[in-house]
Amino acid sequence: MDLKLGHYNKDGIEVVDVEGEIDVYTAPRLRELLIDLVNKNNYQLVVNMEKVEFLDSTGLGVLVGGLKRVRAHDGSLDLVCTQERILKIFRITGLTKVFGIHETVDQAIAAKKSEK
Amino acid sequence: MATVEVTFTPLPAHVRTARLVATAVARRSGVDESLLDEVRLAVGEACSRAVEAHRRHCPAEPVRIEMTDQDERFVVTVSDQAPTPAVHPAASATAAEGTGRDGIGYDGGSAIPAGFGLAVISGLADDVRVLSTSSGVSVRMSWPSAAAAS
Repeated sequence: MDLKLGHYNKDGIEVVDVEGEIDVYTAPRLRELLIDLVNKNNYQLVVNMEKVEFLDSTGLGVLVGGLKRVRAHDGSLDLVCTQERILKIFRITGLTKVFGIHETVDQAIAAKKSEK
Repeated sequence: MATVEVTFTPLPAHVRTARLVATAVARRSGVDESLLDEVRLAVGEACSRAVEAHRRHCPAEPVRIEMTDQDERFVVTVSDQAPTPAVHPAASATAAEGTGRDGIGYDGGSAIPAGFGLAVISGLADDVRVLSTSSGVSVRMSWPSAAAAS
């Protein structure tokens, strides 16, 4: 299994579960899902990366692209990730300053609600 | 350790295979476990860059990877045959946004600047050299191997 995607709504926030590897081959699928969600007026997104086993700059590009799309609608895209090997590429690229990164989905949702 | 060479058709699906092979060879070469994730990511980035270059310029030509031990270091060189202007990791990271590309996660207008992958590689390997010629680009990366650790 290269990449498995799922999504559900919780407290008005669309949570995207990602499992597997996000790279040049699989990233387009995640990109299409994020575009589809935004096109369906979902502008508050949480991407759960806890089961992501690999993420490269192509995947980062997809996440940044998703962030740009929701921000165009005054929305937000936060991440859930505690895996150091995934967080490393965010640190190397400085994107820890761009994305809200939380330890659990519930924490990410709570943070979004407190921003409103 | 003898050199291990891999060539593959420039398809995104093969980049994962290249990552796995490089990680396996690095482990056999004695690269510390704590560095294997970096090897995997750096080789993946270099291969992704090469695949994209080939898909635009020479889709029938294979991408080449060489892996070997040199001077107590595990060395990986990813070479493409796509004619490109000279690139440098630092310069590439600050380059203006590239044009949108299809199929590899860049949206129209490019969420990530061109050359970002090389900047990531520079953050993962302490020895990175990019050789750009009119006939292609080689990205050479290395990590300390078992000989250095002993």
